[in-house]
Amino acid sequence: MRNLLFILLAIVAAVATFAAAKLIGNAYVFFAGYVVLQYIVLATAWNILGGYTGYVNFGTAAFFALGAYTTVVLHKTVPFLPLPAMMLVGGVISGVIGLGMGYLTLRLRGTFFSIATLAMAVVAQTLITNWNFVGGSRGAYIIRPASSPIFPGDYIQYLFVVMLLLSVISVSAARAIQHSRLGYGFSAIRDDEAAAEASGVPTLRLKLIATALSGGLMGMAGAPLPYYVTYLDPASGFSLSYAVNTIAMPLIGGTATWLGPVIGAILLGTLQQVATVTISSALSLLLVGLLLVGFVIAAPKGIVGWFTR
Amino acid sequence: MSAPLLQVEGLGKRFGGFVALSDIELEVAEGERLGLIGPNGSGKSTLVNCLCGTLRNDAGQVTFGGHRLDGLPAHRRTRLGIARSFQLPRPFPTLTLAENVRVPILYAADVKLGRIPADPRRRCEELLDMVGLLAKADRKPADLTQIEMRKLELARTMASEPRLLIADEAMAGLSHQEVDDILALLMMLNGQGVTIIMIEHIMRAVLAFSQRLVVLVAGRKIADGDPQDIVRQPDVVAAYLGS
Repeated sequence: MRNLLFILLAIVAAVATFAAAKLIGNAYVFFAGYVVLQYIVLATAWNILGGYTGYVNFGTAAFFALGAYTTVVLHKTVPFLPLPAMMLVGGVISGVIGLGMGYLTLRLRGTFFSIATLAMAVVAQTLITNWNFVGGSRGAYIIRPASSPIFPGDYIQYLFVVMLLLSVISVSAARAIQHSRLGYGFSAIRDDEAAAEASGVPTLRLKLIATALSGGLMGMAGAPLPYYVTYLDPASGFSLSYAVNTIAMPLIGGTATWLGPVIGAILLGTLQQVATVTISSALSLLLVGLLLVGFVIAAPKGIVGWFTR
Repeated sequence: MSAPLLQVEGLGKRFGGFVALSDIELEVAEGERLGLIGPNGSGKSTLVNCLCGTLRNDAGQVTFGGHRLDGLPAHRRTRLGIARSFQLPRPFPTLTLAENVRVPILYAADVKLGRIPADPRRRCEELLDMVGLLAKADRKPADLTQIEMRKLELARTMASEPRLLIADEAMAGLSHQEVDDILALLMMLNGQGVTIIMIEHIMRAVLAFSQRLVVLVAGRKIADGDPQDIVRQPDVVAAYLGS
């Protein structure tokens, strides 16, 4: 019941966001807004594994890029497939990869798990770079349709709406999990895995659920990317900045709750977009670094931590 | 006589070349209060870990309530009805006391009952009330004193509605009065029908509590029987005091 109310409120917020972007009337707002929304999904997805369960994943870019490359493949083989369907396929593929990675690596703890996820990202990037069908290291060109298929407006507005809906879905899911039996299990694993097992929590199964969910959402966030950038190559799809940003956002916002990643993504994502336009795109990464150092020192529990004990 | 609740047959555990436990035979009847003693390093905690599934035994078998336990992961054993408290309390630090107790209610108790408890919140309050921590239900474990931490540990083990409770040095480091508190709590749980294995160094507590005493020395069981007889047995005295 409370979940339903939350989803309704989230949809209202999404509609208001779209209306506000329309009112501003500048096409760039949709361009920049898309990136911020994409980071809301990525940060929320990362937090399901990293924040709730305590397993720090450095491989965000891999899941994200797998979603994107799924779209490249589908675009070449079944171009008539609507974008949401491609996103679903990308999500399933990334989710399954997440499950497999989890099965292989979740017996590792702490830093060792993180290193394994980073290694997995490198392996995935190498495979894609050597796969000619999706362009290999040359990259792939995707021609973006001119107009939105469902409402009057250009395709970027459509991408914006799709990502807006995906953020509503992922944030609602993250919030529902936080207050559920699953959420308690995740917290128990994060705090003390042996004590969690002794309390009857099936730790391996729960961790696999978390990696699959997290990876799946990341894949869905990456699936529209080829249409957004129109040219996708492995170096940009697997860019480490996705992984770094996605970790920085929940840390700045606060990892313990669903709200933290949302605040972090909106704040940092917007700041980066503004800095990119007004100063330089290189500065945006510097900004992440400085903010991260600042928050680790001054507010280790993130912005949400200021308001809770 | 019916089959024992817990039956350990020929259990062995080695770490590399070191034999931690060898050929342990043990039976515990339903409702019994068993004391398990032995000098440091005699294998008490290893035995607990083998019973609870934290470690896997290399030899022998463990049967609990008619179920073979060998190979089952720890959470499955908890769901079958074996609960353990840790030697050093291991609460979930980011959760409140109420949430700490809620985890096993959600994950162990409901599975055993085959349903989600009608009112997990009430059961959680009952348990915290039982150990006298209800007033601090919304606090975090970091705010607790040592004895309160032990009581939280007991409340959390009881939240899984166990048939067998293994209290691994639940009283270490506590004062005289505090030991009596925990002892009274364990006696009350036993009165409710929970079988208890107590691992303890405080002889006063073990002797007051146990109906039967088992002594481990260097990974072997050297004595098993009436507590008063056991503590007079020459090899037990020798193991503790030297001969």
